[in-house]
Amino acid sequence: MVNGKRLLIIIPALNEAASIGDVVGEIRGELPGVDVLVVDDGSTDHTAAVAAAAGARVARLPYNLGVGGAMRLGYRYAHDHDYDVAVQVDADGQHDPRYVPKLVDLLDDYDLVIGARFAGEGEYTVRGPRRWAMGMLSLVLSGLAGTTLTDTTSGFRAANRRMIEMFARWYPAEYLGDTVETLVHAARRGYRIQQVPVAMRRRMAGTPSHSPARAMIYLGRAVAVLTLALIRR
Amino acid sequence: MKLTLVTGLTGLILLATIVELLRRRQLREKYGMLWLGLLFVVIPLSLFPRLLDGVADLLGVASGVSLVLFLGIVFLLLVCIHLSWEVSALEEETRTLAEDFALLRAEVEAERAERAEWTRRLDRTEMVSHDG
Repeated sequence: MVNGKRLLIIIPALNEAASIGDVVGEIRGELPGVDVLVVDDGSTDHTAAVAAAAGARVARLPYNLGVGGAMRLGYRYAHDHDYDVAVQVDADGQHDPRYVPKLVDLLDDYDLVIGARFAGEGEYTVRGPRRWAMGMLSLVLSGLAGTTLTDTTSGFRAANRRMIEMFARWYPAEYLGDTVETLVHAARRGYRIQQVPVAMRRRMAGTPSHSPARAMIYLGRAVAVLTLALIRR
Repeated sequence: MKLTLVTGLTGLILLATIVELLRRRQLREKYGMLWLGLLFVVIPLSLFPRLLDGVADLLGVASGVSLVLFLGIVFLLLVCIHLSWEVSALEEETRTLAEDFALLRAEVEAERAERAEWTRRLDRTEMVSHDG
């Protein structure tokens, strides 16, 4: 319970056995009375066992569906078990659970609240094509949502009942679909979106990709995904 | 004459393949009928390649054979697009199934854990009552 609401934390995880135990433990320590669901997206390591040992509920997919597939499963679980709020958090530990109540507070007035970098708090910088891609995404999506959104690809988001119901029915499994396309879809259907500045931490495990070629490909795909999302019904 | 033999034989072999696949129930009817229908156009054409010259002339195509080639490519493209569409639908179906399965598995495991907890607690109370 946070502010009198039943709350489910959804963590999509693929081969995160190294960090998932600490992430789950920290969330349960910081937010007592909150249920944690780890969606194991077809891991080949001990992610599911480690998460269960740390006290999380675990839903294991039979094979890898991608973040979008794991997320829809999480929202279906939240919908089936009648949660008031669902918060998605990354499994690598870069999202600080102490921000969760801040996100949840805004859910009375908004349907979807995003924990955003580049919004004043914390020091997280990117350069080159990746920056252009993020700038373009935030420009277009801010216009659509009617509010400033600086971090459209953030995987740190809180959803209220209305939003959970939509995400349980519809959540794209394609590349960037879990972040960009869901935002376009929700904004165009009149769901209210807002962001909260958060500081992201270094990942506990794994390395972020920084090669320029990859950043270029990322930009191209972001443009394609955004265009498709805008012309789709 | 030689050419007619080659094309005609090819058509017949294709026909036999489709019929055999349908007979062994390896091919859904909707696809079987599609290919059979196509072969009923292709086999007469392979035996009498000049059959379409009139139509080709009407459309401004130099010869009936070029027209067949063009139509063949368009047809194959359409089939490929249709198959991509079918695969997309299938992927969506298997995705939903995988999610359903994961939800059920989580449910079963939670119930099993709860039951194990209960049995353990029952055993403990029984032991206590025996001691007392």
